[in-house]
Amino acid sequence: MRPEQPKYKTSEEVDFVIIGSGAAGGILAKELSTNGFRVVVLEQGPYLTEADFTHDEVKVLNQDLLTNHPKLQPTSFRKTPDEKAKPQRALVYGRLVGGTSVHFTANFWRFHEIDFVERTKVGPIPGANFADWPITYADLEPYYTKVEWEIGVSGLAGASPFDPPRSKPYPMPPLPVKSSGVLFERAAQKLGWHPFPAPMAILSQPHLGRSACIHCGFCLAFGCEVGAKSSSLATAVRMAERTGRCEIRPNSYVHRIEMDGNGRATGAVYFDEKRNIQLQKAKAVVVCANGAETPRLLLLSANKQFPNGLANSSGIVGKHLMLNSGTTSMGVFEHPLNDYKGFAVSRVFHDFYELDAQKVGFYGGGGLDARFDLTPVGFATGGLPPGTPGWGKGFKDTLRHNFTRTMQIYCHGTSLPVENNSFSLDPDLKDAWGLPALRMTYKDHPDDLKLGNWMNARASELLDAAGAQKKWSSPAQEQQFAVHLLGTCRMGNDPKTSVINRDHRTHDVKNLFLCDGSSLVTSGRGQPTMTIEALAFRAADRITDLARRAEI
Amino acid sequence: MTNDLSRRGFLARAGAGVGAAWLSAHWPALLAASEHARKAAQSAAPAKLEFFSADQAQEIDAITARIIPTDDMPGAREVGAVYFIDRALFTFASDDQSAYREGLPQLQARVQEIFPGVQKFSAATPEQQDEILHSFDQNTQTGRRAFRPGAGGNFFETLRVHTIIAFLIDPDSDSGGNRDAVGWKVIGRDRAHMFQPPFGYYDKDYPGWKSAAHDAEKAKT
Repeated sequence: MRPEQPKYKTSEEVDFVIIGSGAAGGILAKELSTNGFRVVVLEQGPYLTEADFTHDEVKVLNQDLLTNHPKLQPTSFRKTPDEKAKPQRALVYGRLVGGTSVHFTANFWRFHEIDFVERTKVGPIPGANFADWPITYADLEPYYTKVEWEIGVSGLAGASPFDPPRSKPYPMPPLPVKSSGVLFERAAQKLGWHPFPAPMAILSQPHLGRSACIHCGFCLAFGCEVGAKSSSLATAVRMAERTGRCEIRPNSYVHRIEMDGNGRATGAVYFDEKRNIQLQKAKAVVVCANGAETPRLLLLSANKQFPNGLANSSGIVGKHLMLNSGTTSMGVFEHPLNDYKGFAVSRVFHDFYELDAQKVGFYGGGGLDARFDLTPVGFATGGLPPGTPGWGKGFKDTLRHNFTRTMQIYCHGTSLPVENNSFSLDPDLKDAWGLPALRMTYKDHPDDLKLGNWMNARASELLDAAGAQKKWSSPAQEQQFAVHLLGTCRMGNDPKTSVINRDHRTHDVKNLFLCDGSSLVTSGRGQPTMTIEALAFRAADRITDLARRAEI
Repeated sequence: MTNDLSRRGFLARAGAGVGAAWLSAHWPALLAASEHARKAAQSAAPAKLEFFSADQAQEIDAITARIIPTDDMPGAREVGAVYFIDRALFTFASDDQSAYREGLPQLQARVQEIFPGVQKFSAATPEQQDEILHSFDQNTQTGRRAFRPGAGGNFFETLRVHTIIAFLIDPDSDSGGNRDAVGWKVIGRDRAHMFQPPFGYYDKDYPGWKSAAHDAEKAKT
């Protein structure tokens, strides 16, 4: 049941208007309303609930039930700034209350200490604007713990020798092991590596009034019908509503941050469901619209005082986009794994989290896991070994044999922050509301591609050690499609090289805060949502403190 | 609604990384279509076709039966794939109408070219049919192949994927395609949407998690 919400008038100046209700926006709404503030959350997508979720692949995957729609919100892509971008579907994100946290796979490892100080340790890297964070792992640790307990993460503390220090164990044990996890664990241990139960934002036991996972097998791209996946929708948004001070306003597509003549934000301008333009007034604005839509909104909000876009005196709004490198290897085994059952991942290892560039010849690091994230049709069209006939008896025979016997290893890794890699406004393409569309520019740093192939070679060794009867790898390729949207309004101490400070306040506008994937300074090694949520808890503490001291 | 099945979707899927993982789950769909197919397949009366003529449907049906042939287990014909596609071309796959409109005459021309004595595709022997189809799809491999453009290629690739969807769509979706979960039975996917461990062969005797005794430092690269 949804609790009663307050209904604020748009003309009423609330304390905070939050743009976006996903991983970060949901948590900021919960924390700020819990702390006594009046909050309006503007979400561009609909308010769906568990009852609306389905395993209907057509509605979810083909008709974009939960995601940005390519016809309503077209995008364009180019590799480098000297090219003209071509219309093409360039990214996917959750477009509903709860955002991308509704449909993600829910892998939830913490970033490690090295992720925050790597520039100092490694030094400069040609072709990248590699930087340290203005905060450290120690600053974020209490908030990682808050995510685990208040949002709900399953895992086993101390299971990985590479894990950073933690102040508290996980609130519940890891999810059960899958056949792929057993094969992965035995093989990795044989090779001297250190597999551990995957931390997942999926409940292994009932927690805070929510039920445990029933292992339906539809995590990636789907919403959880039983609320066991710890999305913002299932957790923070409901907690925010229960305070009685937070209004979640769906179908509200923000396209401008309203400014007064003194350089202060006064509210958010949006299209409502009927495409009427509304202005919600607020004392402060918090943008949590994701690493693509947040920079887009700042660029769309350009005015006389901020001709290059709001909070963009540095000129780097939208730049340094990082997607995380990712490669896969697959193996076929003698007996059925039935890996289509259950959540995607049960075992992972971090032995290669921090590779020695002197030894391997490139910068990078990451984690490997065993994950099955293919629907039956996706498997038939993309999961069979190279050389398999595409149709006929050979196709059918291979499909019959392989579907239950295939294991996939996923290699998650670093992306370097390259200035040209960016989201910007397309000069020609418009969305269904007449606004400039997102244009993505992306060309992987060569080290990211080298890392992907290096890790794939380890995945291949692992498949051999696991006894795969057949195995193959997909080599690293330049990415043209974004899922992780990171680094585009990065955090830093220097207003010339960053967009927000360590409190998530924009350097240029005192009462404008940004918090989502865009805040990240480095990409971690994949699994960014856990860190985005920890940042959101921390940002809420900082913003609350500033508000109480009347410093906003 | 849009149809991303298409060549571009395939190429994008072959892209890389997380995007590839997403897109590989992101196939062209069809709901109303599978409902139509289900009814058509269950109905004793001749099914109503909306896009294809009866003659065209006979050709499409014959092709789908070569894409996923019937052997000791059912194939595309048993799930009524042709009816599914017929309906899809007015719903989720409406962007693909032209591929079929242009592809069917090309098919007829190809039959005459390769087997001058044969009237039409559906009248050819299975061996002849395979030869004709191979001429449309010279790169006959699945996996992460690049699509090979060329005359008729788009038609066959589109039809190939539509047939796979007709066969493997979730049978419990509102519309009910993949009649009686026949396609899932063929590939060994249990129809249920709720499972408990053990899930497969390798986790049934798992003794429980134990930390490896290795020295972490030793394993660092």
